[in-house]
Amino acid sequence: MAFEIGETAVKRHRHIGLTDQDVMNIYENMLLARVLDERMWLLNRAGKLPFVVSGQGQEGAQAAAAYALDKQRDVILPYYRDLAMVLAFGETPLDILLANFGRANDLSSGGRQMPGHFSARRHRIFSQSSPVTTQLPHAAGIALAARMRGEDLVTYVSFGEGSSNQGDFHEACNFAGVHKLPVIFFCENNHYAISVPLHKQIGSKYVADRAAGYGFPGIVVDGNDVLSVYAHMKDAVERALRGEGPTLIEALTYRLHPHSSDDDDRSYRSKEEVEAARARDALVTFRRYMIDEGVLTEQEEKDLRNRLTQDVDRAIEEAERSPLPAPESALNHVYADGK
Amino acid sequence: MAVMTMIQAITQALDLELARDEKVLLFGEDVGQSGGVFRATDGLQKKYGDQRVFDTPLAESGIAGLATGLGLQGFRPIAEIQFFGFVFEAMDEIAGQAARMRYRSGGRYTCPVVYRAPFGGGVKTPELHADSLEGILMQTPGLKVVIPSNPYDAKGLLISAIRDNDPVFFLEHMKLYRSFKQEVPEEAYTIPLGKANVVREGKDVTIVTYGAMVNTAVQAAETWAKTRGITAEVIDLRTISPIDIETIASSVKKTHRAVVLQEAQRTSGVAAEIVAQINEQAMFYLEAPILRITAPDTVFPYAQIEDEWLPTQTRVIEGLEKVLSM
Repeated sequence: MAFEIGETAVKRHRHIGLTDQDVMNIYENMLLARVLDERMWLLNRAGKLPFVVSGQGQEGAQAAAAYALDKQRDVILPYYRDLAMVLAFGETPLDILLANFGRANDLSSGGRQMPGHFSARRHRIFSQSSPVTTQLPHAAGIALAARMRGEDLVTYVSFGEGSSNQGDFHEACNFAGVHKLPVIFFCENNHYAISVPLHKQIGSKYVADRAAGYGFPGIVVDGNDVLSVYAHMKDAVERALRGEGPTLIEALTYRLHPHSSDDDDRSYRSKEEVEAARARDALVTFRRYMIDEGVLTEQEEKDLRNRLTQDVDRAIEEAERSPLPAPESALNHVYADGK
Repeated sequence: MAVMTMIQAITQALDLELARDEKVLLFGEDVGQSGGVFRATDGLQKKYGDQRVFDTPLAESGIAGLATGLGLQGFRPIAEIQFFGFVFEAMDEIAGQAARMRYRSGGRYTCPVVYRAPFGGGVKTPELHADSLEGILMQTPGLKVVIPSNPYDAKGLLISAIRDNDPVFFLEHMKLYRSFKQEVPEEAYTIPLGKANVVREGKDVTIVTYGAMVNTAVQAAETWAKTRGITAEVIDLRTISPIDIETIASSVKKTHRAVVLQEAQRTSGVAAEIVAQINEQAMFYLEAPILRITAPDTVFPYAQIEDEWLPTQTRVIEGLEKVLSM
């Protein structure tokens, strides 16, 4: 796992400009998302959360992408599996849980938005919606707005490969390409649009192949290879800030859970296939890399997991204790004047 | 005071608001270099530059979604949908996204976008160019829908729409663009959204209508007054969402009879909603059932037949006679 440079073996992450602390930060982000995601799935199975949608298996790609962005400068339009991404941008497990429990003090919407539909104005996370891909044209508009105001920032928008087949994907990429907008289109290709496998979704080998038609680079990267994702994202960020326009990055990854808590994936994929994907899971492979490279010990990893689990458990207790919105508040916020 | 057509009044409203507020942007298909297929944006790109007034690719959903993104960032985008019938391509971005942004974020995000679109029958542009789809928009909470009937109203309502903090759909009837002129002040002025206008006073029956049908209603009322000596009150809704039921109900309480006139097809829609609201607010003042005068429930037909398909002055007079006889 190390590059040979001259006579000295340089750790792969250092080769791309990341310190040991950097990779620790990325791993902690991935692990927190995984622990929280696992807990929410259990809360659903225990009948406490009516609906959850999981990002398990995609945390490595998300955390790596997030690490290449500037949380004070850039804006993100995530999609519903981007738990690690929104945690990286400042949301806490409590923020996520208050939204999932639909509590009045949920910062994203006051408990009125669908679970998993992340948004947090103060963390520069825009509001998303259930019909997929609608956030892509918004990203083009947001990037154009930033340019008009003379702000040098990157607009990051993510989506699944299923979403890449909607018309809005084309319309947004096309506009961003025409105006060379600083947008990063980040496709988390987890190989299934609910039940429909990749080969029945797209006629080409890769979603990224389409970028050529819009006049900007399309890059395919192993989404379980955290360091590769980071390196390509960093290039895309620099390209955007240099004024050279959008990049489409397709991170090949896998969804370890069913589409949502209401889906049963046994009808469309084999247990063996999922087990094979678990062996390639970035939580497993990146952990192994960190331990092999001496960045992390088994014991430190165990301690970290325990600490994050305790944090999440405390957040669950607090979220459950929080009040529900008043029923009459369902009539608010239709129009500016409250009507 | 200048005398101008509705299209000139619309251009002037856009011009004044672009000058007043640098957050106002104008874009769509052919709105920049060419000045719009109806010349509504003529000269504005030259005056305000291609950063603020610009042509987009031919992609309605992309246009509407772009407007949402710009609106979220504090701009006041005016997005043109080249013909209202093409709005189906953009409905999710309008009704599913922009109109819900305030609600779904609990007021944290807002989207002050104006969508402009020409529409309406009577100018021999069938297929989806002529459709009156406002009933669909009316059933979209979070969206306001404005339909002016004359140049003066068009200017004041459009300025109000641009300054409004919610998404507003502004519908411009093609038949009204150049069919008559009116005195319109040169300076900016506003007409409040959600307030109807009593354009003709009368005491025997109330006609509730909007858009191009306002002229049809007024002509019918004048003919009727001359031939029969009976007076009809004509209410121009100006805004179909929200509906000004107070003005309608107080008129019906006075006249005790009502006809609702719309160019759109019959089922559901604006006329049906007004009938329901009158029944809720003024049922016991009525001396006759409320009558709807509408187009039939077909797709907008071919050009040769549209003058018969659309409600005519004759049909309005027949309707007035009918409610009076009951």
